[in-house]
Amino acid sequence: MVNTGKGWKIAANIVMILCSFLALAPFVLLIIASFTDETVALMNGYSYLPEKWSLSAYEYIVSQASMLGRAYLMTILVTAIGTSVGVIITALLGYMLSNRNLPGRRLLNLYVVFTMLFNGGLVPTYIMYVKTFAVKNTIFGLIVPNLLMSAFLVMLVRNYFENSIPQDLYEAARIDGASEFQTFFRVALPLSTPILATIGMMMGIAYWNDWQNGLYYLNDAGKNLYTIQNILNNINDNIAFLASNATSGVNLADLPTTTVRMAIAVVGILPILVLYPFFQKYFAKGITMGAVKG
Amino acid sequence: MKQDKKKKRNFKQWIPFYLMGLPGLIYLFINNYLPLAGLQIAFKNFSYTKGMWDSPWVGFKNFKFLFRTADSWIMIRNTLCYNIAWIILSAIVGVTAAILINEVVGKLKKKFYMTAILLPYLMSMVVIAYLVYAYLSPTAGLFTKWLERLTGTAPAFYQESKWWPFILTFVNQWRNLGFGMILYMSTILGIDPSLYEAATLDGATRWQQHKNITIPLLIPTVVMLLILSLGQVFRSDFGLFYQVPMNQGSLYGVTQTIDTYVYRALLKNNDVGMSSAASFVQSVVGFLFIVGANKIVSKLDKSSALF
Repeated sequence: MVNTGKGWKIAANIVMILCSFLALAPFVLLIIASFTDETVALMNGYSYLPEKWSLSAYEYIVSQASMLGRAYLMTILVTAIGTSVGVIITALLGYMLSNRNLPGRRLLNLYVVFTMLFNGGLVPTYIMYVKTFAVKNTIFGLIVPNLLMSAFLVMLVRNYFENSIPQDLYEAARIDGASEFQTFFRVALPLSTPILATIGMMMGIAYWNDWQNGLYYLNDAGKNLYTIQNILNNINDNIAFLASNATSGVNLADLPTTTVRMAIAVVGILPILVLYPFFQKYFAKGITMGAVKG
Repeated sequence: MKQDKKKKRNFKQWIPFYLMGLPGLIYLFINNYLPLAGLQIAFKNFSYTKGMWDSPWVGFKNFKFLFRTADSWIMIRNTLCYNIAWIILSAIVGVTAAILINEVVGKLKKKFYMTAILLPYLMSMVVIAYLVYAYLSPTAGLFTKWLERLTGTAPAFYQESKWWPFILTFVNQWRNLGFGMILYMSTILGIDPSLYEAATLDGATRWQQHKNITIPLLIPTVVMLLILSLGQVFRSDFGLFYQVPMNQGSLYGVTQTIDTYVYRALLKNNDVGMSSAASFVQSVVGFLFIVGANKIVSKLDKSSALF
């Protein structure tokens, strides 16, 4: 933009600094709370400037490494499997739909788009996955339902293959005698790294953050499959339970202390906090692409 | 005969393509199409042992029971009211933020603001519930303790429902601000700079430029997004309504939405009848809304519509 008025520039900066501050402040509090001494935290509450710092929350986490480490590995495993399978089948389906001459293309497109308009809702989906596919308390319950592929991302990839890669390149590969699969892996995929990075990152974050599949498809019998998010959710459940039932079956001593809870949350979001600045570009791109085409 | 052969060979050439799409198509079939058969559960007296097909039909009984409860109206009211208020608020907040960040000069500064403001959008609702709890917790919350020190008493946030419309609205806007900002920013970046140059030459102030150029040119995008989100008014952010109020029963009056009701009825109370009825209403009415919204959008601008 040209000729920015000076007052506007200052006002814009002030508002943006304020918004950035608002966005970051809770995370700073979370991190500081995890380094606060437990008794001080209970007495004065969480604070940006605790009277006494402490590493005991993290020492506790290390001592609980078997449970939390397992949950962490589960998160990584689910994210890795889900994202890689998801990206591959999304890219393949997007590639198929991007071919303008494909017989039945309109119908297949409709088949994909319809899933964005209508869904059976939680009850039929849950009952089908539990009764027909028996995913309750299995790792499939964390990976397969809802997250593996979305029609929306298929459409993004399809548009990219169709509009951002010159169709002549595919033709040239075919004339050179490449099979369709070779064309896909040698020509289409290498040229589409930006879009694959974008959808891969979106899926990766969705898997890393997911707690709903665990909430629906894991119960006490599937506790050893808990991801970090499920552990956090479970702690929340117990706090809520305690709050509404003063004398209850939940033992207060079993609950992680005020600071340990925060430390577990910090550990859970750490990878996102660290990796995010590098991925921010792709993420912003993904949002804009979604805006251009629902 | 000859033509037939040619067609056959032609079709053969497409087989690899269909094979490529097959895994994805199968997944959508399992995840999105098979459950549609389960919509009949809403009209049945479902039992897990008999299964979906063999449970007896009961007509509209589940719906009659559902709409006789006060819950049904509360959850529909909450879902609709929050959605409509937030759709409008998000548009205003998003456009304002987008205009302001465009005024910022300096790549690094801009990047910092964007990175910071978008961060909450990347967090799971469980983590966000922890963040809110850090401020409002009755035992150690930052705000609770502050208020206690200042006034002697602090409200029990997790027990009193009067706070939650504001808390939920704030959390929702806080989380989605970056998303909306980037969305509208891309439209602003697409505006022809010569329009602003001409306006400056004519002596227009910055405010006049925004009022007469930026905002009118943003209106089509805003309207499009408004209509598309109106198509979603029957869906709610399950995580926000379930996690952030910490699943407290005393707050259900202002935190229960269709999605949280369906979950609670299905998995906590084992009431398949009520929850499937609510789920059915949500699916069908939601579908009609989305199709309607898309019809309107495609009339206004064909390229923005889903189909």
